[in-house]
Amino acid sequence: MAPKLPPHHPVEQSTSATAGGQASVHHAPPPGILRWLLTTNHKEIGSLYLIFSLIMFFIGGIFALVVRAELFQPGMQLVNPEFFNQMTTMHGLIMVFAAVMPAFTGLANWMIPLQIGAPDMALPRLNNFSFWLLPVAFLLLLSTLLMPGGGPNFGWTFYAPLSTTYAPPSTTFFILSLHIAGISSILGAINIIATIINMRAPGMRMMDMPLFCWTWLITAFLLIAVMPVLAGVITMMLMDINFGTHFFNAAGGGDPVLFQHLFWFFGHPEVYIMILPAFGIVSAIIPTFARKPLFGYASMVYATAAIAILSFFVWAHHMFVVGLPLAAELFFMYTTMLIAVPTGVKVFNWITTLFRGSITFEPPMLFALAFVVLFTIGGFSGVMLAIAPADFQYHDTYFVVAHFHYVLVPGAVFAIMAGVYYWLPKWTGHYPNVKLAQWHFWLSVVGVNLTFFPMHFAGLAGMPRRIPDYALQFADFNLVSSLGAFMFGASQLVFVAVVILCVRGGERAPAKAWEGATDLEWSVPSPAPLHTFETPPTFRRHDAADLPAP
Amino acid sequence: MTDPQHRPTQPNPGVQRTVMRTVAALVGMFAFAFALVPLYDVFCRVTGINGKVDTTAQALVHEEVDDSRYVTVQFITRNGSGLPWNLEVETRQVRLHPGQSAEVDFAFHNASSDGTWGRAVPSVSPSNATRHLRKMSCFCFEEQHLEAGERLELPLVFQLARDLPPEINTVTLVYTLYPVAGDEAALQARATGDTGDEA
Repeated sequence: MAPKLPPHHPVEQSTSATAGGQASVHHAPPPGILRWLLTTNHKEIGSLYLIFSLIMFFIGGIFALVVRAELFQPGMQLVNPEFFNQMTTMHGLIMVFAAVMPAFTGLANWMIPLQIGAPDMALPRLNNFSFWLLPVAFLLLLSTLLMPGGGPNFGWTFYAPLSTTYAPPSTTFFILSLHIAGISSILGAINIIATIINMRAPGMRMMDMPLFCWTWLITAFLLIAVMPVLAGVITMMLMDINFGTHFFNAAGGGDPVLFQHLFWFFGHPEVYIMILPAFGIVSAIIPTFARKPLFGYASMVYATAAIAILSFFVWAHHMFVVGLPLAAELFFMYTTMLIAVPTGVKVFNWITTLFRGSITFEPPMLFALAFVVLFTIGGFSGVMLAIAPADFQYHDTYFVVAHFHYVLVPGAVFAIMAGVYYWLPKWTGHYPNVKLAQWHFWLSVVGVNLTFFPMHFAGLAGMPRRIPDYALQFADFNLVSSLGAFMFGASQLVFVAVVILCVRGGERAPAKAWEGATDLEWSVPSPAPLHTFETPPTFRRHDAADLPAP
Repeated sequence: MTDPQHRPTQPNPGVQRTVMRTVAALVGMFAFAFALVPLYDVFCRVTGINGKVDTTAQALVHEEVDDSRYVTVQFITRNGSGLPWNLEVETRQVRLHPGQSAEVDFAFHNASSDGTWGRAVPSVSPSNATRHLRKMSCFCFEEQHLEAGERLELPLVFQLARDLPPEINTVTLVYTLYPVAGDEAALQARATGDTGDEA
């Protein structure tokens, strides 16, 4: 659990002129596990988040492989339907709340203070607390699998009454774990907002920040806005289950459809919480390896904000078939399609940044380019799903599964991996092994497309999601999907190998590890010393020459 | 973990202000989530969305009958979980002109050996017909008590409003039987009993 990053020598601090200057004396960290339990250092906490997320990525991945193994051929093979339901549910919950979200928070912890020239996060102790809530939350969630009646089996969207009247007894534990994970995200969001707003280097305006900071700031606002709604929904569930209320129970005057409205009012901004930081990472990587400044920086910021605001007005596109009135169907159909506009602005800007650039294909760039192409495919199937009359056929089929896996796996997950490859030299002082990284990339790209592309066809042909068996005509698509899934899963072991090798050694990286990189994090030595920017750096804009002297 | 010299003696006021504001926003959004419950209810009642019907008796309005067209009003009855009652309707459907009123009898029967309280919860489909269906008298306005084996006939008196949108040719009224709180514990025990032994 304790890899040797980041190195822990206060001496290195004083050798770097850019990173502080004064040789300050630091207390020695407590020994052993206490160092990690008590750390308030943003870099150590960032590493903890990333390691936790990687472990959870594998646990959630194993659940997915159980699902894919069962679906390898028609008929019931390996698991009973109840366990199959628990696997689909837990896969979704773990991947969303324990893998993707903590990975982005980890990257934010590591990189935001470095990118804005701050010595640490604004609230370091809160930062420690918000991380250590996560293992508690997800150990609790995973433990429900061993309880009588099994773990959550109602899908990651936990629709009432499946999750209330008909839920397994362990649902109360599920609610508690989601509450804890929600508090963790909220505290992380408060910390990020406080850091970005108050701790930028002197001279750095908001519109000078790297886009990763911008997208995370907007993501943090989304978290503040919708995590309390999630907390409210699961509290209502808790009261329906244990205290005899009828929020979602028609017998007592409640309404199960209300659950879906409340859930998706949280749930749709939540899907942008999982993709906006990815936009930020890709917007850092593409200019670096195209050796051109990002095209349309301001429009990127406004597009991100537009996506965030629109996300509050589209939730019912998840509910086109619950019996909405025609006016609501049309409203949510049009607002959903409107989101394609700011998203299109982003894709346009990335492509224009690449246009006539001096492009090289280092591992982070490979993942970033795959992100642009494959995320756009996911975006297109999203536009198809937005068409209300068409959605009546696609709803709850594998087409939906294909859509959101395209935006989440080669979308969010590839962006996280791109970010890891991009910043590993800064974290460890070594470049990741290029050959292995290329193997990882190509196996992942082929695996991901083999897994999810056939799901489009299976879904269009009518295969329903969340069912452990299927009609014979879907057999070939599912066979390909399952093979692809195992290939993708296995190729992530290569990723682990790359990271471990990179921590242990490899080609040494200079402070500015990538030729085209310009942001502030590349001005501190590689590996980044434990304490950086204790004296704020002087920030110079790229276009400083054009501006009058302050 | 920094030297006391470097540790800020008091928290950054900007950070404090940001934290206060975000916490206020958090509390506000949590309250908003709960406020959405009554808001949703009011919204649905006002607009008639979701087939939620007014549960108070309305007055018969004397208006000219539109005999240029017929509208079919269908009745569906069904049992929610946990109440051993039957609800039957004397006729599955009636044909009316908009503006006409009608009376239909429903028969409740308690098939169990205990006296229990139950309630029939109505729902109208399509939902934009909800506001155009006036109920002068309905068993769904109150809860019923049936002794063991008791059979009870209750009328529904309703009127189709003259201004029913022209595209609506069929209105479906669904009544779902639910046990009334108090029998809730029994329902809960049954539900968990059903799912309890799948390990």
